[in-house]
Amino acid sequence: MKQLAQHAMATAESRGARYADIRIIESRNQTAGVKDGNVDSLGDFESAGFGVRVLVGNAWGFASSADVTREEIDRVTALAVEVAQASALVPGQPVELGPPVRSTGTYVTPILIDPFTVSIEEKLSLLLQADATIRRNPGVKVSEGRVTCLRHHKTFANMEGALLEQTIYECGGAISATAVSGTDIQVRAYPDAFRCQGTAGWEYILGARFNDHAERVASESVALLSADVCPSKVTTLILDSSQLALQIHESCGHPTELDRVFGTEAAFAGRSFLTTDKLGALRYGSSIVNLTADSIRPTGLGSFGWDDEGVPASSTPLVKNGDFVGYLMSRETASQLGLQSNGCMRADGWNRIPLIRMTNVSLEPGTWNAEDIIADTDDGIYMETNRSWSIDDMRLNFQFGTQLGYEIRNGKRARLLRNCTYAGITPEFWNSCDAIGNEKSWKVWGTPNCGKGEPMQVMGTGHGAAPARFRNVRVGVYR
Amino acid sequence: MNFKEVADIVLGASQADETEIVYRRLDGSLTRFANNHIHQNVTETNHEILVRCVSGSRCGTAISNATHPDSLRNLVRVALDLARQQPENPDFKGLPGPAPLSIVTSFDSAVAGCSPAARASGVGVMCRKAAEAGYTAAGSMTTAAMRLGVANSKGVFAECETTLVDASTVVMSATSSGWAQSSGWTLDSVAWDQLAEEAVGKTRMGENPIDGQPGEYTVILDPYATSDLMGMMAGDGMSAQAYQEERSWLNGRLGKQVLSPIITIVDDGLDPAGIPLPFDFEGQPKQRVTVVEAGVCRGPVYDTYTAGRQPGALSTGHAMEQAASERIGPLPMNLFLKPGTSNVNEMIASTKDGLYITRFWYTRPVHPRDVVVTGMTRDGTYIVRNGEIAGAVKSLRFTQSYMDALAGTMALGETCKTLWAGGTCNVPAIKLERFNFTSSTR
Repeated sequence: MKQLAQHAMATAESRGARYADIRIIESRNQTAGVKDGNVDSLGDFESAGFGVRVLVGNAWGFASSADVTREEIDRVTALAVEVAQASALVPGQPVELGPPVRSTGTYVTPILIDPFTVSIEEKLSLLLQADATIRRNPGVKVSEGRVTCLRHHKTFANMEGALLEQTIYECGGAISATAVSGTDIQVRAYPDAFRCQGTAGWEYILGARFNDHAERVASESVALLSADVCPSKVTTLILDSSQLALQIHESCGHPTELDRVFGTEAAFAGRSFLTTDKLGALRYGSSIVNLTADSIRPTGLGSFGWDDEGVPASSTPLVKNGDFVGYLMSRETASQLGLQSNGCMRADGWNRIPLIRMTNVSLEPGTWNAEDIIADTDDGIYMETNRSWSIDDMRLNFQFGTQLGYEIRNGKRARLLRNCTYAGITPEFWNSCDAIGNEKSWKVWGTPNCGKGEPMQVMGTGHGAAPARFRNVRVGVYR
Repeated sequence: MNFKEVADIVLGASQADETEIVYRRLDGSLTRFANNHIHQNVTETNHEILVRCVSGSRCGTAISNATHPDSLRNLVRVALDLARQQPENPDFKGLPGPAPLSIVTSFDSAVAGCSPAARASGVGVMCRKAAEAGYTAAGSMTTAAMRLGVANSKGVFAECETTLVDASTVVMSATSSGWAQSSGWTLDSVAWDQLAEEAVGKTRMGENPIDGQPGEYTVILDPYATSDLMGMMAGDGMSAQAYQEERSWLNGRLGKQVLSPIITIVDDGLDPAGIPLPFDFEGQPKQRVTVVEAGVCRGPVYDTYTAGRQPGALSTGHAMEQAASERIGPLPMNLFLKPGTSNVNEMIASTKDGLYITRFWYTRPVHPRDVVVTGMTRDGTYIVRNGEIAGAVKSLRFTQSYMDALAGTMALGETCKTLWAGGTCNVPAIKLERFNFTSSTR
């Protein structure tokens, strides 16, 4: 593979590219799903191919193919140059990439158990056991469970001399129970609604202990059918760490993507309110809010050795003591600000170009014991596990729904609530944060389904969070 | 290697009780622009071979993009091995047999052969016209050709070619934005001059918007927003899988008048106004299914699996490709909302107090059984007062039951627009009596 990669770079240079890179990728994805006691899906997906990205003058081109041969690399590299020449017909500003990237080395996700050595029988047994526990509750209409195991082997080279080999493992899974009554549907999922996924081996799945939570998931889904609807009011809101992870993703991660700020995602993913004049000048959150982007956190779904431009994994602050101080950047966008990339470029496969993607964007732990946050709250609502999410194209106006809620009265959990929703404006919301759980309740969550780009790319991102409290939040938006 | 050769190797190598192969070859390109220049420009060649092996009532699926004969034979082994390692599934009643297919065309060689320079030429028109108006444009143009083949050990053998062209743009000023999109399977489906005129006009009309006030409004929706109504109604709601799991808005409502009598929704995978295909991903003939007729709920769409779970039901030719992660139920991918007799100008002229909306953004279901959805308006939200456009408002958030909104349909446009969003939607503009907005953005 290394020889093919280096051959592509030589070909690109000879055809007039001033920069080029290639990624040769072999991916495998094994999934198992059960539903209502049956095996619902059992699949093994393999994909291999390569993509060549070239910069000719100030215009980009990219071409890719599933046939990893020397002849096809010649054809596709020439095609990428032709595509770049077509891009130059509608030209933009000069492109600078900053200092050359000459990384070399290998990286393998640290794992204890290779998920592809675990038998199908064991994977199904784990799911069917939890499924049976859920179905023991007669109020459950649909029981489900899924696991997914991935491995990506990437070879990266660029014209500047970088040559990298990476093997990234991911494992994830979840169980859920759906209860139905009349026109009402209530779902409870564990560990969260998006499959809790991480860069890890099969030990990640075993650690989730699905069956230990199956009975609770079932009973909560049924109990929600007769729970009171979330009241409509402005109140104190406490979010569990999984819902807060998605709040971070949507209202912190996406707006700090510098390509959005520069308008290059305007037609699809949208733009950002965090324009460059606000860097170092905006009070994004309260003084206890510290947000970090890193690609080094163990099990984080945004952890790797190097990004897809060969920039090494790192950790950088986005919000420090409430002040907005940093972006997620590529080489090209960082250069436009006179900065250097913090390694956020990733593609979801060999046939896609790298885009700026969240790595592990996390809210750093605070000082509160999680239970003390509730004990310290006289009147409010606690919400847990995402059910719906929506945010405007500038990442300001958001509305989220959760699977479950509790009223908080005099420092204690009171009645169960269903159809919980809350809404707000991003900086107002984060400036209202007055309590964040400490490291004991802090956890890295994985969001495996972040969509961005055209053609659409689906990426996994990590988010560390602990439960946190927000004041004066509008809840109960759902009619 | 062509599909017949691939299918022969797979079916010849399989020792499963039943075997199915789905073959897709894709040659796709996308030119993307922002800030009035091309910033991303990509092309790919890929193929995908899916093998489903059946042992008893157990299914295993293996997918690969390697076409070497040894790889294909290994794919069969993996799929059969997966099938044999699981318990029987009594809900699975076997693969379907062959059935007569209609002859439809959705392949345009001009799309398949569209060069990077040709796409750049179209995109260049858009960028130039936006710049001439003092605005910036972003958007994309996709051209793609796909060959699809489905065969199985019970005699199904179906093969077709299709093309897709899709173009969209958002034009922006400091205070406003406008949107235009066009889709189809022929290259002349996209006219960049017209897209530019539409998006620039919308941007001009939306300059200096005021803060919007939450509340209930009569709304007039461009086809872009109408397509979101159809997409969310389709989602899980028009699928037999959702219906059987009691997650669909059709549950408890079949035969009942729940939408306005001027609403008729059909899925027709053979209608050339969409992007027709003769068969689904099980090789079964596409059938026209009326989901809602004059406001009355008629029924969902089926694949072989869901039909097998429901006595008397048959596949309607709506099987989706098996995903690596989970079994996707049947889905309507060629939706048509029957047009009416009105148009946007008439709808505005007949409105005393309301909003005219270009499109919806980031819509998500809040409650599936009543199709309660939250989302934002985007790229043009205009005040309608006394029959005229009276200015623009900033984007608004809504939380609204799409079923309730469609129950109050006051008028439908007489012309429809075909829009691509994974499947096609052929829809007119629509006027709805009530739509609930809950907040404004900044």
